[in-house]
Amino acid sequence: MKKSVAILILILVIAIVGPWISPHDYAAVDFSRILQSPSLGGMHWFGTDALGRDLFVRTLLGIRVTLLVAVVASLVSLVIGVTYGAVAGYVGGRVDAIMMRFVDTLYALPFIFFVILLMVAFERNFFLIFVAIGAINWLDMARIVRGQTLSLREREFVDAAKLIGVRTPQIISRHIAPNLIGIVVVYVTLTIPQAILVESFLSFLGLGVQEPQTSLGALVDEGVNHMEGASWLLLIPASLLALILMCFNFLGDGLRDHFDARNGS
Amino acid sequence: MSLLEVSGLRISYGGSSVVDGVDFAVANGESVGVVGESGSGKSQTALALLGLLPADAVVEGSVEFDGQQIIGAPEEKLNKLRGTRIAMIFQDPMQALNPYLRVGRQLSEVLRQHQLAEGQQARKTVLEMLTRVGLSDAERQYRAYPHELSGGMRQRVMIASALITGPDLLIADEPTTALDVTVQAQILDLLEELRDDTALLLITHDLGIVAGRCERLLVFEGGQLVESGATTSLFAAPRHEHTRKLLEAAPRVDVGKTLAPAADKSILSVEDVAVQYRSNRGEKLDAVTSVSLSLREGETLAIVGESGSGKSSLVRGLLGLVPMSSGKLVFAGEALSGPVQKRTLQELKSLQLVFQDPVSALNPQMTVGKIVAEPLEVHAKGISASERESRALKMLSKVGLDKALSDRYSHQLSGGQAQRVAIARALILEPKVLVCDEAVAALDGSARERVLDVIKSAQAETGLSVIFISHDLGVVRSVSHRVAVMYLGRLVEIAENGVLFATPRHPYTRALLASIPVADPRAKIVRAPLQGEVPSALEPPAGCVFHTRCPFVDDACKASAPELRDVAGSRVACLRAGQIQNATEKPPSELPSAHR
Repeated sequence: MKKSVAILILILVIAIVGPWISPHDYAAVDFSRILQSPSLGGMHWFGTDALGRDLFVRTLLGIRVTLLVAVVASLVSLVIGVTYGAVAGYVGGRVDAIMMRFVDTLYALPFIFFVILLMVAFERNFFLIFVAIGAINWLDMARIVRGQTLSLREREFVDAAKLIGVRTPQIISRHIAPNLIGIVVVYVTLTIPQAILVESFLSFLGLGVQEPQTSLGALVDEGVNHMEGASWLLLIPASLLALILMCFNFLGDGLRDHFDARNGS
Repeated sequence: MSLLEVSGLRISYGGSSVVDGVDFAVANGESVGVVGESGSGKSQTALALLGLLPADAVVEGSVEFDGQQIIGAPEEKLNKLRGTRIAMIFQDPMQALNPYLRVGRQLSEVLRQHQLAEGQQARKTVLEMLTRVGLSDAERQYRAYPHELSGGMRQRVMIASALITGPDLLIADEPTTALDVTVQAQILDLLEELRDDTALLLITHDLGIVAGRCERLLVFEGGQLVESGATTSLFAAPRHEHTRKLLEAAPRVDVGKTLAPAADKSILSVEDVAVQYRSNRGEKLDAVTSVSLSLREGETLAIVGESGSGKSSLVRGLLGLVPMSSGKLVFAGEALSGPVQKRTLQELKSLQLVFQDPVSALNPQMTVGKIVAEPLEVHAKGISASERESRALKMLSKVGLDKALSDRYSHQLSGGQAQRVAIARALILEPKVLVCDEAVAALDGSARERVLDVIKSAQAETGLSVIFISHDLGVVRSVSHRVAVMYLGRLVEIAENGVLFATPRHPYTRALLASIPVADPRAKIVRAPLQGEVPSALEPPAGCVFHTRCPFVDDACKASAPELRDVAGSRVACLRAGQIQNATEKPPSELPSAHR
């Protein structure tokens, strides 16, 4: 787990600082340097793409975009999902039934269809990707949080709080929510890779970020077109994507073990 | 030669040892009791005998069963021994039975696994065994899934599965701890009756259980075998300090002091209270049916009864945690509103609750200091945070906890410490009435004593009234002024402590008292006085609800339900209460069918 965090931080720092100190611009086209292979001694560490743009800077930019999309989308799902799930679970009864049927209805919508509609109806933009990914992720979160709240609500310390006279909003914020942290943190670290994959998938289909902006998914898409002859265009962004995904997954597993151990059961 | 020989057994996890050099032997057909508090290493020792310790346990020493070394033996060989020659019964039969397989299938599996019988032959053996362990209608139980059986029936199935192969050694680890006292008596009888020449290693924390049933005792403390010897001599003249302490801590119902009676002024009265639950399928379950009682100022009123008697539902109803379907509560002369959300702060403050499981009653994300100070945040809004903190610390020291604990989280506390934190949280509001719902059931001897002392001293100091719910009559005997007995949601008897224990009037009370194992090997062992188990509250028997198990039943009992009435100083709900004191009990064979 510690290694995963270290690698993630390292990647993040390089992604933020790298493009800034690099002599190359991510959008600068240079037709005299098309498809140069990677060389650590030369100008382009990761080589160049079909338009002669520096792949190192573009990859770092892609990481930035990918992580941003993933983190923002996860935060959106965190805020909406936890609030929604905790309220439904704690209040219970009819309120719970109505709220959860709404979630079920949203679940039934075909996701890709929904995204394509969004992209066609509105201009393609960054914001829509957050909306699209957040809109599906919070559903899972709400379900998980509701389930956990249902069992927490029956715990005796909640009864104890009621007997002391603590009011419902405080019971939710002080006694329910903090006890959800374990599962929520674990789940967020597991939704981040999911969001990364969805974003990459959308970009791979050409529904994601637009040129000259890029993301890891878009870079992989481009790399596939040059798989023969310029394999680094695929291999470098693809392996970085895999590395980031693995780090988040390990982090999630580690956190889960940690919280399980703390809860003692 | 002994059947089992343990020498120099040491078990440790990551360098810290839980069993430290234990030697003992068990002869063929002998019954040996293993007693000790939790954490004394008795269960670890039992697991080592079966080679069932987890992989990270470091085991040294030798365990020889019938000349074969168990420690370090290959899994194959152990598998052969376990089940055929050594069998084990666990505390929780639900965890030992596979919930997805029918009972009959699980038992015949045992036979098939050890190549003892197959097909129709196995089926026949299993049915015989089920009948022998006292399950009527063995055919039906054969087809049942474990969840369809009651706790007592499941433990019978476990005994059947343990004894079906005719083992030489039976290890029973707290086999009756999860059961009600009348069922416990039945199971203990059954074990004794069926084991024949099987040696028995009975592990328990309850000296009453081993007193009359085991020939020899092994006393464990802190991973060591501190004393062993014949049961009678060990009870008569304990040599080791710890044995003496255990014997002193063992609750006795046959001896007890009578507390000075409390003032005859009612502080809380419960009138005709009923609590009804609705199951998912819409069935109505009457957990409490029309109970009336009153609590006097400064008094400890115990409510006893087996699981399903409605004692917890009753107090949850009066605390407003579950809705009452009818009835009235009067507190200090004024009507008390029902649901907890509707009560005023003043009303809430007066009634506080201590739960059974202290760990679940404390928020795991809050420190002890915060937990104890929380009530003040709600009730004493004017005071500063530092004032709250200092009051919480004062309260902690009052319940005998060190100030240093205030930064700890609940999972860093022992059970007894956690329970004292829960009591501190309840007492910081200076309530008039404290309800203790099985507050000491989860605690060992010494921790239990300390928690009871805290409650008693709070009562002496502030005139607190206590409702003390317990299934443990030994504890009830020592702490309460009056005792109320509940059965299937009804109050069947209520009397002064001394009166109730000396002259129980209701047949159920009599049976409860007779079922308690007495921690004295000279006391006569009474065979289980009641057969069967508490009927389902979904379909309570007509007439007197106790008539299905009552040894004194006659036709009138089946027809009409008795009201509480005065019988020589007790209030009893039994049609025959006046007559049965001298009546002889009918032999069990004449009893109505014991099993539904």
